[in-house]
Amino acid sequence: MTVQEVGSPRRRSEDARLITGRTKWTDNMSPAGTLHVAFLRSPFAHARITGIDTSRAKQSPNVVAVFSGQDLAEEQGSLPCAWVVTEDMKHPEHPSMAVNEVRYVGEPVACVVARDKTAAVDALEEIDVDYEPLSAVVDMEAALAEGADLVHDDLGTNKSYTWVFENGDLDAAMRDAPVVIERRYVQQRLIPTAMEPRSVLCVPEGDEFTLYSATQIPHILRLMLATVTGIPEHRIRVVAPDVGGGFGSKLQVYGEEVLALLLARRLGRPVKWTETRSEGNMTVHHGRDQIQRLTLAAERDGRIRGLKVDLLADMGAYLMLVTPGIPLLGAFMFNGIYKMDALSFTCTGVFTTKVPTDAYRGAGRPEATYAIERLMDELAAELGIDPIEVRRRNWIKHEEFPYETIAGLTYDSGNYEAATDKALELFEYDKLRAEQADRRDRQDPVQLGIGVSTFTEMCGLAPSRVLGSLSYGAGGWEHAAVRVLPSGKVEVVTGSSAHGQGHETAWAQITADRLGVPFEDVKVLHGDTAISHKGMDTYGSRSLAVGGVALFSACEKVVDKARKVAAHMLEASEQDLEFTAGRFSVRGVQQEGKTLQEVALAAFAAHDLPDGIEPSLDSDATFDPENFSFPHGTHLCAMEVDTETGMVKIRKYVAVDDVGKVVNPLIVEGQVHGGLAQGIAQALYEEAVYDAEGNLTTTTMADYLIPSAADLPTFTVDRTETPATTNPLGVKGVGEAGTIASTPAVVNSIVDALRPHGVHDVQMPCTPERVWRALRGETKPGAAQPGAAGGLGSAGGDQ
Amino acid sequence: MIPATFDYVRPASLDDAVRALSDAGEDAKVLAGGQSLMPLLRMRLAIPDALIDLDRLDGLREIRDEGDSIVIGAMATHHQVIRDPLVREHVPLIATTTETVADPAVRHRGTFGGSLAHADPASDLPAVALALDAVLLVRSVRGEREIPASEFFVDWMTSAMEPDELLVGVRVPKLGAGWGVHYEKFHRTAQAWAIVGVACAVHRSGDGIEEARIALTNMGPTPVRASAVETAVRGGSASEDAFRTAAAQAAAGTEPPTDLDGSSEYRTHLATVLTARALSAAAG
Amino acid sequence: MPRIRVEVDGATYEDDVEPRLLLVHYLRERLGKVGTPVGCDTSNCGACTVLMDGMSVKSCSVLAVQADGRDVTTVEGLGVDGTPHPMQTAFHEEHALQCGYCTPGMIMASLDLLRENPDPSEQEVREGLEGNLCRCTGYQNIVKAVRRAASDMREPAGQEVTP
Repeated sequence: MTVQEVGSPRRRSEDARLITGRTKWTDNMSPAGTLHVAFLRSPFAHARITGIDTSRAKQSPNVVAVFSGQDLAEEQGSLPCAWVVTEDMKHPEHPSMAVNEVRYVGEPVACVVARDKTAAVDALEEIDVDYEPLSAVVDMEAALAEGADLVHDDLGTNKSYTWVFENGDLDAAMRDAPVVIERRYVQQRLIPTAMEPRSVLCVPEGDEFTLYSATQIPHILRLMLATVTGIPEHRIRVVAPDVGGGFGSKLQVYGEEVLALLLARRLGRPVKWTETRSEGNMTVHHGRDQIQRLTLAAERDGRIRGLKVDLLADMGAYLMLVTPGIPLLGAFMFNGIYKMDALSFTCTGVFTTKVPTDAYRGAGRPEATYAIERLMDELAAELGIDPIEVRRRNWIKHEEFPYETIAGLTYDSGNYEAATDKALELFEYDKLRAEQADRRDRQDPVQLGIGVSTFTEMCGLAPSRVLGSLSYGAGGWEHAAVRVLPSGKVEVVTGSSAHGQGHETAWAQITADRLGVPFEDVKVLHGDTAISHKGMDTYGSRSLAVGGVALFSACEKVVDKARKVAAHMLEASEQDLEFTAGRFSVRGVQQEGKTLQEVALAAFAAHDLPDGIEPSLDSDATFDPENFSFPHGTHLCAMEVDTETGMVKIRKYVAVDDVGKVVNPLIVEGQVHGGLAQGIAQALYEEAVYDAEGNLTTTTMADYLIPSAADLPTFTVDRTETPATTNPLGVKGVGEAGTIASTPAVVNSIVDALRPHGVHDVQMPCTPERVWRALRGETKPGAAQPGAAGGLGSAGGDQ
Repeated sequence: MIPATFDYVRPASLDDAVRALSDAGEDAKVLAGGQSLMPLLRMRLAIPDALIDLDRLDGLREIRDEGDSIVIGAMATHHQVIRDPLVREHVPLIATTTETVADPAVRHRGTFGGSLAHADPASDLPAVALALDAVLLVRSVRGEREIPASEFFVDWMTSAMEPDELLVGVRVPKLGAGWGVHYEKFHRTAQAWAIVGVACAVHRSGDGIEEARIALTNMGPTPVRASAVETAVRGGSASEDAFRTAAAQAAAGTEPPTDLDGSSEYRTHLATVLTARALSAAAG
Repeated sequence: MPRIRVEVDGATYEDDVEPRLLLVHYLRERLGKVGTPVGCDTSNCGACTVLMDGMSVKSCSVLAVQADGRDVTTVEGLGVDGTPHPMQTAFHEEHALQCGYCTPGMIMASLDLLRENPDPSEQEVREGLEGNLCRCTGYQNIVKAVRRAASDMREPAGQEVTP
């Protein structure tokens, strides 16, 4: 009797190596002869390089080579941007190492290759660079003004593009609208901060190269490396070994990866580089950074008429892999789960002298969800109705699915009522509202706020046709192969590239069920282009909803083929065979049958196969989704706000998510927990701060505040299950849900606590000072002047 | 990152240590627990010629009773101080404050003396030493001298010690019966530095306050004694109202910094709120 | 270069080291004990936590020379004959790791916590692990795992479970 694997809380196969320290991180590998690279980076946000002298560094002990950007100018090419969002998008050259000009603090200008890391770092101090400082461009709005200093002189503007989407008659919706709410929200810059710093090792073998990298995207990286360097794709193998988190930050083609390949080619020896955290904070792409100008028009009964969205999105200094497209991933989500007559979305991408932005957990969708969920609370407050009620009046009812939204997406399924009802019950909503009223009456210095977020998101990126229509440079399919070994053990090869998500476990669960083999008999292989030749990698909550479905189809093909062989072996017709628990038998004659393992051996031996059947049961499949999937849920946050100091403390957090069918509830719950932590961190703690000169002042973990266990509450997490109808597994995706939902729930709870004081917004992150200033009626929080003290002078622990 | 090169000296005795420090000249650094210094070395924000490592001077880890006061060896770790019966009994403010310093692993290495010698106004223990009228015992080849805490912290990360002087211990007067203590630390995350901290010891008699000692963390380039508040509560009632009224003067004479965690104006406000809270908590 | 003698996970090593060599780099680059990773440069993240003479330290904030004569235990030294330590098992059972990068440090810090407090409350676990950052789990299952391990390690009466 086989256990039903899908749906069971399997403990993860990955853990064995991770809990014992036998993990294969990129930085753990040092083949014989490995050389180590260190980068000299720009201390200026914007400057012309007028001279580089590397001669002393070249003489330093144990140094093998030193290169400036100019030295590699002929071969380094330009880093790729795969998403040209408009035909007239401005897209500057982006060398891996700066040649003539630097445009953000931390941009590499030279590198030392040495026998060991220490020698490389020491020799950096022997390189002299002459800079002619140019003006930093830090503020997006100022960057667009007439006569502004330019990030790229040759472009003649700091505007990269303006992208527009409109549906419905917005003018009609706005005209004479009984309620109009206008807001300006700022999505601060965030540093993704995967725990494993970036690391890359390139091992040359003749004219072929194996590049190990802490990347989410071995397949995309391979293609891009070939494109940038001209080294033929089939001469490059990319391996993503164990990768310690990504959150979008390792969905990138980094200059250091390109340079590792070029240096390995030049020097003919393995070359390795691993970043330090402070180096990473400056140079890993950042996330978010939008200014949102929003206008919501509604009826007095709370029904939404239309929404106008006007975004400025900070690109940073260059366009990286999907930089310009990130805000557009949110374009179709600003309407959330609500019905409305008109939506207008405009986004302008702006260059600044900061490190480029790109995907960070949620990528566009958190920004959109934040905007609409904050607005729904504002609308409720304006009308004096409960925020849950105003949502009920607007959301798509469960009987209305499938539903085509104003953004043109078809939501296939959902049940917002069920998720909300469950959340309200777990939260004890009425009781907390009563406590809130009581605290208000008593003028308790500690006030209670309740924040709501009823969200949806689009994941399962993505239908290739849709990507094509958005001018994205590739498709959105995923590939899987199933290899049934002669002994009946099974190898699964997936194009997804896990870096903490537990695919080795979940994919084995799916396979075990479909093939009726024991879970332990399945091995999942991934993250190596020599093993998994086809793949689109892992990001955008796509792996299960696309890659998992590809695996499902590949398994079906194995069973179909095995059925033919089994029918031949049993001398029965295929139609008469049933396949249960991994065994083919003739319907009604249970005692006679062949297990999949027996069939596999027969297919391997191939002594007696039916005509036209090739040996082995191996099969593969590629799945291209016809639609996105739409997880949704209701999150509720109760927040205590100390009105004397502005300090906030989460009292209770309830998350009810509907991610469709669940393969492994343990993994799903873990994803939600982690997502919540990151979403809460955006609301309360994290911000990448640049000063007026364009210096990043949050370069260390002492300044960029990642919450610890002591800073977060215990979450109440539950689920409703409305299967997706657009894939055979009924799954939707869960990687980003917690992050997307929680940020507005948290900020809504703070604003809710302070409404009697006339507060209708607090800028993220809601630091105690910002909350305190909001209470004093300062709408423009007198933000802390960055860079005054802080920094490493007071970093680290006490001595 | 990797520190720049330095000479390493691990003296086996205090005499050796003092001599080594004298010989090494101005560009030497003393390595106590290293929990502040190591990050600075790694980022090459500190590039000393020599490090004098006190790690093996176990004598400096001693905490002893000297009648009216206790003496805490400079190398007593935070971990040790928190659990020391003498500290807990006679100067509990030091124990409770040290519990809020950094995290357990850092407290295993970091030392009481190191924290004071580092003279970072954002760290918690300098204010406590100031509030408790501690006396810092320093030694050099030229001899020993005692520096009251009120004269020890002279500027941002600058103490009154000469480059050849070594902090060997801290004498802290015992608080007798009737004292209540509290350290009110206000920070954004558990790991973050205090935006403002208030170290407070209060001697009650009946319903009144006989004496209060209050010092502030991160309200200027050095820890600051809130003298105006001390005067205002002395002889007054131990009521929240009285504390609030008195604490309104908490920021008098301070020069709070503006940084990523908060503006000077906000710190000024916080000092008043937190001082009132610290007084209430200490008065029990 | 000073000569040091260090016991690491039950084996004794002797080496000449540059004074500036950090303990974590000594472990990783000289001894090949790469089970202990590096996550930051300011001693905030705790990924590199090991036990030195039984107490947790951040091995990025200790010099290798300072480990001279000491006994160092890394995550690789836990468990007996291939049987994982109860703390490792608890992390696995409670799904207390995702990418696993913080896990070695988190496990070592948790062992230190239980040495001091064999039956910590949820809040005590949270505070005890404040020096170890995780970006994946939101900590909820880590807290569960530590409490589970505490219970498992108290259970076998008379049988001392030490790292």
